[in-house]
Amino acid sequence: MKYSIYALLALFLINIGCRKKDDPVTQTPVTTIPQINIIFKNTVDNKPLGLNNTKYQNANGDTFTVSSYQYYISNISLFKDDGSEYKESDSYHLINESSATSKQLTIKNIPTGDYVKIRFLIGVDSLRNVSGAQTGALDPINGMFWTWNTGYIMARMEGSSPQAGIYPNNLGFHIGGFEGPNNVLRWVTLQLPSKAIVTNSNNTSIYINSNLAEWFKTPLTINFSNISSITSSSYGAKMIADNYADMFSIDHVE
Amino acid sequence: MKRLFSISVFALMVLLTFFYACKPDPQLDFTTKTAPISFPIPQGWPKPFYNFENNTLTSSGFELGRKLFYDQRLSRDNTISCGSCHQQFAGFAQADHAVSHGVDDKLGVRNSPALFNMNWHTSFFWDGGVNHIESQPINPIKNPVEMDESIDNIIVKLNADATYRSMFKSAFGDETINSQRIFKALAQFMGMLVSSNSKYDKYKRSEAGITMTTQELNGYDIYKSKCSNCHTEPLFTDYSFKSNGLPLTVIKDSGRAHITLNPADLYKFKIPSLRNLKYTGPYMHDGRFNTLDEVLNHYATGISASSNPDAQLAGGIQLTTQQRADLIAFLNTLNDEEFIKDERFKEVK
Ligand code: HEC
Ligand code: HEC
Repeated sequence: MKYSIYALLALFLINIGCRKKDDPVTQTPVTTIPQINIIFKNTVDNKPLGLNNTKYQNANGDTFTVSSYQYYISNISLFKDDGSEYKESDSYHLINESSATSKQLTIKNIPTGDYVKIRFLIGVDSLRNVSGAQTGALDPINGMFWTWNTGYIMARMEGSSPQAGIYPNNLGFHIGGFEGPNNVLRWVTLQLPSKAIVTNSNNTSIYINSNLAEWFKTPLTINFSNISSITSSSYGAKMIADNYADMFSIDHVE
Repeated sequence: MKRLFSISVFALMVLLTFFYACKPDPQLDFTTKTAPISFPIPQGWPKPFYNFENNTLTSSGFELGRKLFYDQRLSRDNTISCGSCHQQFAGFAQADHAVSHGVDDKLGVRNSPALFNMNWHTSFFWDGGVNHIESQPINPIKNPVEMDESIDNIIVKLNADATYRSMFKSAFGDETINSQRIFKALAQFMGMLVSSNSKYDKYKRSEAGITMTTQELNGYDIYKSKCSNCHTEPLFTDYSFKSNGLPLTVIKDSGRAHITLNPADLYKFKIPSLRNLKYTGPYMHDGRFNTLDEVLNHYATGISASSNPDAQLAGGIQLTTQQRADLIAFLNTLNDEEFIKDERFKEVK
């Protein structure tokens, strides 16, 4: 009898250990309640981001187009009006402009209540940068990983600008580095303009805008004829991270 | 409960014996070899830096890692395996090659390092740019002058092979092949490459019939006073980064500074072990020396002020002819013939 309890327990543990984590890239909001959807919309200032053909201007007045745009969002926490915090477990998401599903996150089985604040990290925390082979959103196959100097590329935009010096006017900003003075990890905390109310019968969506123009705006205005490429952990990468730290805002909650 | 415990201990011991005593046999039934193995730490050695955390060591995981290590399908044109540049008879360095030799006969800029006692390494590569043994293999695979292959493509190739599918199932519970499993299996194989059976080791363990000659013991003393600060026992390196004053070449490899961007780290490289030198030449990060005599000539008169040499090496290391012979005799006691002949680490054909 005793042994069968142990056996059951062992089976149970194995079962937990083996449960496959949902692949955040292919996940779409479904109606398991209670849950919160977090929907990212990439913009350049007030315009929606369009890849390849749409021309934008940075704060310096340089014209540019964007061919790809990706960033990691990790360690998402949601806070209730009573101050309590809900941390998403194993919270790693790669937002990719060219994949619609990647921009819609679903946090399932969240306790019911009134949520007023969200917090997340832009990038992958330092621990996961030193923990060996990862899978899902963190699989190096996603191309967001430096091999010669281990670490994730936390955010990355590619495009072109006539002002960029590198042939053929390429822009490539690969922002990474998780330690030391050039650490690019940035926490974002956003108050919700109205409560996200999670009940057993109602699921809520938080719409977040991410404004790519901020990468090149403040505190350091980027002139593409001076800087058009960053591909390693460096002071330049840190400056861009300082710039984009405030690129997120809540559009609305519904 | 006690009985259950002793049965499982017995089972574990049977498995362990099996793992250590058996010659590799490609016909082995993979389904019986999924029990966790505990990593044996040689007597008197410090705790390893990596002990298969989040990567349960099993004999099926190890065998999968070995198969991958020797598989040329990990390269673009199916000609180069990890084992091409890391050869067992060379202590898993690349024999006769100053710098690495990859697909299309492309040459790298650094010497393929020996691979043993990997679990004690605190970082990987000559410049320490890689921080985890599981994050290492992606490097040579994607490097255009090494294997020049994409992980996606490797997964396609491996999925087409039923043997691999069953080996992944045995090692990880199902047939899924992904980068994480490939890297974890390779880490199991590389982590098991422990070299601890040199004459020196046996002498330290006071094994029956092992004695050091007077010359070897004199050499041991010279080593302790001249080399042990950097090439520290028992691993014969402390895995820190230093410059031993090699004159700069046209390549001007900046070494550790390439990673840290700190000018104080210019031309520093990860200190290599002095174990298995008989097999691992050519020596240094660019394979510039072929013999230990050349190495000792460098330490005597070759230290270059322009490559940021460590302060301990100011003035060089002067040895008499006798001392040199004694030191080399001691270094020879660090060669581990059993390691380079170990059947468990051979390619299974
Ligand atoms: C073309 C030759 C070549 C191939 C193929 C190759 N390596 Fe290497 N390996 C090297 C070189 C050269 C270095 C040192 C690189 C450096 O320091 O920049 C190295 C370094 C390493 C290291 C780090 C050792 C240390 O002391 O830090 C490990 C581990 C390793 N290789 C494992 C592998 C594995 C696993 C594979 C197969 C997936 C592989 N290598 C394929 C040439 C090769
Ligand atoms: C100040 C630290 C320091 C001291 C002292 C020192 N070494 Fe080294 N040794 C190094 C470093 C660093 C390297 C790697 C240099 C490189 O490749 O750029 C190295 C490399 C070597 C190598 C090449 C190993 C290989 O696999 O390529 C040998 C052999 C060697 N040392 C022997 C000795 C001997 C023998 C002594 C004592 C007489 C000694 N070293 C003293 C730091 C030191």
